[in-house]
Amino acid sequence: MIQKPHIDWFALSPSLAMIAAAGALLLVAVFVPRRRRKQAAATLAGAGFLAAFVFAVVLAAKSPHGTTEVVDAVFRDRWSAVAQVLIAGCGVVAVLLSYGEHWRDEHVAEYYALLAAAGAGMAFFVQAANLMTLFLGLEWFSISLYVLCAIDIDLVGSLEAGLKYLIIGAVGSATLLFGSALLYGATGQLSFDKIGAAAHPHDSLLVLGLALVLAGLAFKSSAAPFHMWTPDAYTGAPTPVTAFMSSATKVAALVVTYHLLVTAFPTEQHLWTWAVAGIACASLAIGNVAALAQRNVKRLLAYSSVSHAGFMLIPIAAANALGERALIYYLIPYCAMSLGAFGVIAARERELNAPVTLENLAGFGWERPFLGASMWVFMLGFLGFPLTGGFIGKFYAFAAAYRHGWWWLIVVGVAGTIVSAAYYLAVVRAMYFRDSAELQLAPAGGSPPRDAALAVGVALCLAITVGSFFAVQPLIDVAHSAANALPF
Amino acid sequence: MTHWLTTILIVLPVAGALLLWLAPVPRQWVGSLATLVSLVEVGVWIEAVRRFDFGSSALQLGQQHAWFRDLGVSWHVGQFGFSIWLVGLTAVCGAAASMYAWWAGRERPRAYFGLLLFLTGAVVGVFSAQDLLVFYAFFEAMLIPLYVLIGVWGGAGRMRATITFVVYTVAGSLLMLAAIVVYGLQQGTFDLTKMGPSGNDWLFLGFAIAFAVKAPLWPFHGWLPDAYRESPAEVSGLLSGVISKVAAYGFLRIAIDKFPGPTHDFRVPILVLASIGLVYGSLLAFRAPDIRGVVAYSSLSQMGLITYGLFAANDLGFNGAVLQMVNHGLISMTLFLLAGMVERRAATGELSLLGGMARGRPALATVLMTTGIIALAVPLSSNFAGEFLILAGVFQQGWGWAVIGAAAIVLAAMYMLRLISAVLHRETGPAVSDAALDLRGAELAIVVPLVGILLVLSAWPAAVSGHSFLGLP
Repeated sequence: MIQKPHIDWFALSPSLAMIAAAGALLLVAVFVPRRRRKQAAATLAGAGFLAAFVFAVVLAAKSPHGTTEVVDAVFRDRWSAVAQVLIAGCGVVAVLLSYGEHWRDEHVAEYYALLAAAGAGMAFFVQAANLMTLFLGLEWFSISLYVLCAIDIDLVGSLEAGLKYLIIGAVGSATLLFGSALLYGATGQLSFDKIGAAAHPHDSLLVLGLALVLAGLAFKSSAAPFHMWTPDAYTGAPTPVTAFMSSATKVAALVVTYHLLVTAFPTEQHLWTWAVAGIACASLAIGNVAALAQRNVKRLLAYSSVSHAGFMLIPIAAANALGERALIYYLIPYCAMSLGAFGVIAARERELNAPVTLENLAGFGWERPFLGASMWVFMLGFLGFPLTGGFIGKFYAFAAAYRHGWWWLIVVGVAGTIVSAAYYLAVVRAMYFRDSAELQLAPAGGSPPRDAALAVGVALCLAITVGSFFAVQPLIDVAHSAANALPF
Repeated sequence: MTHWLTTILIVLPVAGALLLWLAPVPRQWVGSLATLVSLVEVGVWIEAVRRFDFGSSALQLGQQHAWFRDLGVSWHVGQFGFSIWLVGLTAVCGAAASMYAWWAGRERPRAYFGLLLFLTGAVVGVFSAQDLLVFYAFFEAMLIPLYVLIGVWGGAGRMRATITFVVYTVAGSLLMLAAIVVYGLQQGTFDLTKMGPSGNDWLFLGFAIAFAVKAPLWPFHGWLPDAYRESPAEVSGLLSGVISKVAAYGFLRIAIDKFPGPTHDFRVPILVLASIGLVYGSLLAFRAPDIRGVVAYSSLSQMGLITYGLFAANDLGFNGAVLQMVNHGLISMTLFLLAGMVERRAATGELSLLGGMARGRPALATVLMTTGIIALAVPLSSNFAGEFLILAGVFQQGWGWAVIGAAAIVLAAMYMLRLISAVLHRETGPAVSDAALDLRGAELAIVVPLVGILLVLSAWPAAVSGHSFLGLP
C-alpha cells in the first residue's frame, strides 16, 4: 500500500479557491445561456479571487512560524501568504477591469477561467519550496498567460503577442529547468533548504545552476536583459490581461526570487547580490531609456514595468531585513499603480476603439476628470512622487541599498528616476496640456460608455496608491512579519 | 489648539483644494471660495504669530506623530522665528494670487484654484517641516501643481517652459533624496531637531544643488526665464516670490545648520556663484526686453544677495537674509501682478511698446513707483535695511564681497528705474491706448495691501529681522 503524505489543505487553500473557480467557470461556459454568461462568469471569477484573498489573509494570520508542508513541497509562511494576498487582490481588480471589455461572448467564461487558473498558478508558485513545485507553478501560470495574451484573436497583435510570449517564455522555462537540473546534480537535493544545507562553497556546477535559475526567474519578472517579450506581449495582449500580467506576475516572480535565493543559496550570497544588482542596473537603464522613445502608452508602460523590475530588484540585491520590508511594501503600491494605469488605458481604448497613443490622450484629463486625475496619480506614483506609495517604496529601496553599503546603487536608481520623469510626465502632458480639439481620431461615437466596474477598480487602485503613502506603518508591520519567515 | 496651529496652516489650504475638486461648487463661486480660504489662512497665521513667543529659540507650535518607526520618520512640524515669517509670506502671497486669479478669471476655475491652494499648503509644509522626509515630501509636492499651472494656463511657450522647469527641479530634488536617505540612515533618525551635524561634502552638495536649482543660483537658472515668462502672472509671482524662498530656507535650515564643516569649505565657491548671479542677473535685467524679464532676472540677482547673507554665516547676515526674503517675496509678487495688470491693458509686456502709462493713470503710477523705489533699496526702505544687514554680514567674510554686493545694488537701481520709466514715462507707446484704464478698485485691493506691508516693514524692519534668530536652533 502506498503511503500518503500528510497534506495541509489549508496551506493550499488560496490556490485551491482559484482553481475551483476556474473549474466552475468552465462549467459556466457550457451551461449558462449566452446572454447571462458574461455576468455570471465575471461574478464567479471575482468570488474566486475574493475567496482566495480571504484564505490568504487567514493563512498569513495563522502561519506565524514558517514551515514546509506536503513533504517539503510547499512553504507555509507569511512571506508567501502575503504575496498570495497581493496576487488575489490583483485578480479581483483585474476582473473589475475586464468586465467592460468588448469580449466576444462565446469565450468570455473561458477568459475568466484562464484568469483564475493563472492566479491559482501564481499562488502555488509563490509557495514553492522545491525545484519541482517551482517549475510546476511557473509553467502552470505561464501557460494560462500565453493563452490569455492571444485570447482576443480579433485584436491586432494579440496572436503575435501570445506567440512571442510563448516562445520567449519557453526559453525562460527551459533555462530555469536546466538550472534546476544542475542544482540537483550538484547537491542531490530538490528542496530549497536542503540545497542550501548540502551546498559546498565554490561548487561551479551549483553556481551555474544558480545563474540559470536566476535568469529563468528574471524572464518572468521582465528584468533586463530578459525583458525582450515584455513590450510586445504587453502591447498586444488585451489590456486587462496586461494589467494582471504586469502586477501579479511581477509579485510572484520577485517574491519567489528572493525566497529561493535566501533559502537555497545563503552560502553564495556574495555572488547573487552582485548578479541581482547587475540585473537591476540593466533593467533601470534599458527600461527607462527605451520608454523615452515610445508613443504607444501600453508600450511605454511596458518599458516602465521593466524599469520597475529593476527598482524592486534593488532591495533583493541588498539582501537585508530592510530590503525584505522594502520589497513587500513596494509591491503593494506598485500593483495598484500598474493595474490602475492599465485600467485607465482600457477605458480610453474602449472609448476610441483604437490603440492608445500619447496623441490619443489629448484632452482626456479634462473630459474624464476621475480617470484623468487617477492616471495622473499613477504616473506620479511610478515616478516616486510624494502623496503616493511609490515615493515611500523608492525611499525604502534606497535605504536598503545604503544599509548594504551600496550607495552607488542609489545613484543608479536616482539617475533612472530622473530619466523616467520625462516619459511619465509626458503622459500627464498629453492628457492635460493638449486640447481634445487636437485629437486626430474621433471618439467611437456618442458619450463614452459608462463602465462602473472599471471605475470601481480604478478607484480601489487610487485608494491603495494614495493610502499606502499615509498608512506606512501598518503596511511595514505586515512586511516585517512576512520577512520574519525568512532565514535572515 | 496651539499644538495644532502649524498643522492647520498646512492642512487648511489642502482641504480647500480638495473641497474645490470634489464638491460640486458652482463655477462662479470657486474664485471667491478659494480667496476666502486663503484669507482664513492669513488669519490663522496672524493668530499663530500672536501665540508665538519670540523670546524663545525653541521650536514652537509643534506637533509630532510617528509615521514609520523603523526608520525614525515622523510627522513633525513646527515653527521657528525665521520660518514663521516665511509662512506668513506664503499665506499673504497665496491670498494675493487667489484674489488676482479670481479677478482676472481663469479657465477651468475648479482645477486652477484647487491647484493654487494646494501649492500654498505644500509651501507652508516645507517651511514648517521638522522631519527631513516630510520636508522632502512637501518640497516635491510643490512641483505637482506648478507643473500643471504653467503647463495648462501658461503662455504660448509653456510646453518648453514646463519641460525645462521639471527637468531641472526633478534632477535637483532627486539628488537631494539620495542625500536624505544616506544622511538619515547615518543619523538613525530623520528628525531635523535631533539630527546631528555631518561633515560629508557629498551630502552637502546633494542638498546644495537641489536648493541652488530651486532658488535659482547661477548657473542653475536655465529654467528661470521661460518659466517666469510663460506662467500666469500670479504663478510667476509665487514662483519668484515664494518658491525661491524655499530654496533659501533649505540652505538655512539644512545645508548650513547641519553641515557646518562643508559650509565652511564651500563658502568661497558658493559666494562666487552668488556674486556672478548677482551681477549677471542685474545686467540681464537691465537688458531684458519685457517687464517680466526684468523682474525674473532681478529675482536671480536678489537670490544671489540672499545667498550672500546666508553664507555670511553670522547673525547680521542671517537676519538680513530673512528680512530680504520677505521683502523680495512681497516685491516680486507685487511686480508680477502689476506686470499682469499692464499686460491685460496693453496686450504685451514688451518695454519698447509700452510707455507713458502714468498719464491719466495715477493709481498705477503710484503703486508701481512705490514698489520700484522700495525694490531699488532707497534708504529708509525695507529693502535697504535688508541689503544693509546682508552687506554688513558678508563684510565680515571679506570686504570684496561687500563691494560686489554694493555694486549690484547700483545695478538694481539702474534696471528698476529703466523699468519704471519704460512703463510709466517717456512718450506713449504704440501698445498703450487711451482706453486702457487706471487700476480698478479690485486690483488696488490686491496690490495695495502688499505695498502697505512693505511700507510697514520699511518703517519697522526689525519686526522681521529682530524677531527671527536667537542663534540657530
